[in-house]
Amino acid sequence: MTPPAELGQPPVAPAEILLELQGVSKHFGGLVALAEVSLQLKRGEIFGLIGPNGAGKTTLFNVITGLYHLDGGRFIFNGKTYAHCKPHVLAAAGIARTFQNIRLFANMTALENVMVGRHLRTGAGIWGALTRNRVTRAEERSIVAKARELLAYVGISSPHQTLAKHLPYGEQRRLEIARALATEPLLLALDEPAAGMNATETAALKNLIQTIRTDGVSVLLIEHDVKLVMDLCDRLAVLDYGRKIAEGAPATVRVDPAVIAAYLGGPVSGEGEA
Amino acid sequence: MLAGRSRLALTVGAALLLLLPFAVDLLLGRGWVRITDFALLYIMLALGLNIVVGYAGLLDLGYIAFFAVGAYTYALLGSPQFGLHWPVWLVLPLGASLSCLFGVLLGAPTLRLRGDYLAIVTLGFGEIIRIFLNNLNGPVNITNGPQGISRIDPVAVGGFSLGTTQHLGGLELPSVHLYYYLFLGCTLLVILVSLRLEKSRIGRAWMAIREDEVAAEAMGINTRNIKLLAFAMGATFGGLSGGLFAGFQGFVSPESFGLMESIMILCMVVLGGMGNIGGVVLGGVLLVLLPEAFRHGAGPVQQMLLGRIIIDPESLRMLLFGLALILVMLVRPAGLWPSVRRQRELTADDGAAQQEQDTVYDASR
Repeated sequence: MTPPAELGQPPVAPAEILLELQGVSKHFGGLVALAEVSLQLKRGEIFGLIGPNGAGKTTLFNVITGLYHLDGGRFIFNGKTYAHCKPHVLAAAGIARTFQNIRLFANMTALENVMVGRHLRTGAGIWGALTRNRVTRAEERSIVAKARELLAYVGISSPHQTLAKHLPYGEQRRLEIARALATEPLLLALDEPAAGMNATETAALKNLIQTIRTDGVSVLLIEHDVKLVMDLCDRLAVLDYGRKIAEGAPATVRVDPAVIAAYLGGPVSGEGEA
Repeated sequence: MLAGRSRLALTVGAALLLLLPFAVDLLLGRGWVRITDFALLYIMLALGLNIVVGYAGLLDLGYIAFFAVGAYTYALLGSPQFGLHWPVWLVLPLGASLSCLFGVLLGAPTLRLRGDYLAIVTLGFGEIIRIFLNNLNGPVNITNGPQGISRIDPVAVGGFSLGTTQHLGGLELPSVHLYYYLFLGCTLLVILVSLRLEKSRIGRAWMAIREDEVAAEAMGINTRNIKLLAFAMGATFGGLSGGLFAGFQGFVSPESFGLMESIMILCMVVLGGMGNIGGVVLGGVLLVLLPEAFRHGAGPVQQMLLGRIIIDPESLRMLLFGLALILVMLVRPAGLWPSVRRQRELTADDGAAQQEQDTVYDASR
């Protein structure tokens, strides 16, 4: 049974859709990294993105966070179409991300890392920095307070003055999440957040992601830990060779023959291509 | 606000700085007061470059160009070259602003470049400015070419000129002393500005770009604007010290703005401790004073020990300078006085465990 993904979705009111990709393509020379991928992510959802290595998951992340420009299709976020936008524009629009290979500001403290995340939602410029006027001082205080709050929120127990690179691995991953949350995103895009974590850390991460969703931030999740994805996600899409081969609830996707074929090999029957 | 102890230290420090030119004059002679003045100018330059290289991590090898822009602005508007004698309070800010503009002009096309590529392009920019200054004497003579511009007005406000000896309340203040106090004031201002920028939203954004530009951009930092801001701020300081240099020296020529000068300033920043204001100041002081000391000392010392001068002091100076650089980079790669950030790394509680974390971090990158 391979229900075409698009038909499988009930029609949703546009306001409920946070992120919509319409036939998004991305090529690198002759290599097709994304081939007309379409998907919809609803507000308040935890949406999983899975697929074998090289399926185009991270490429898709890079497209929606502005690191890559898309070669075809449209991408609509929060009711607005974005094309060829710089990453900081998309961050301002409300998409924040973490990276598959941790990209913290290694020689800055944990606190400073999160404080950088507040850059977007604060405004002190050169003049404020030089005069240290009342407004700027108040803003700095609010940045520090918010950063401390977020460090506690994601559960970082190391001293806040620890350099990011000296944090335990699991805390580095969580610090990236705190930094992303500091930008006050509508959508948090997590690229393999559980990679390299042990079972305890993964369980804590799962709770954290659920809390984040409860607090009103939608989550787009790339993850190889299948159990985590199945437990956590409301819906998921499966990519293979840059194509979306399935989309739906975890229970539906896990029995989809195309998905099984993609993961285990074998004859590709009935591509659920949208 | 300040504790008693630091207030005392501040008072003593201020008194020392105020008395320094007299002490130097008395102990070493007037020539050394002049060298001290130059040290202050170079400190200002190094602090400006520190914003670009130390804070934002953009390797700029053409920084001297901004010094040149400031110096020539002052020279052209305050010398017999065009018969213009604009007041200093107008010319200095104008030179700094023009340098700022050039900073943005240079910054704009280099935004996509990083590391080596950026260094090469900025190096080219520095050379372009110098060559322009060298050749703008025809068809219309603007800069007087390689001869340079001489008889530049000294820094003067109202009737009070820093170019001549002044008597203040019975105290005789020679020109070099007067310039010392002006430069000291400007240097302190530049230090204050650097300190405040470092610990601000903008300073954090610079640091983030230095650490990881992609992540910084993904966190919503408009890297283009923030980088241009770094170039502009650094260039402004360069232009300011350039103007002061022209007024102090009374003469500018393209020769003073060569690649070696750019490298020298970069050395001050790197040797002293990139990103740390104290380190940069130390680097500036050492790199101005030590070569001068060699220049004056190497000859007599050889004469005394060996009976004759075997190595020309000038070449010995560069040789020892090179050796010193290599030595510092080997022994203290973070600079003589590294930033707290680096010290914190070195004095962290659990060395071994953190070493391990470093490895994990590096591996995961």
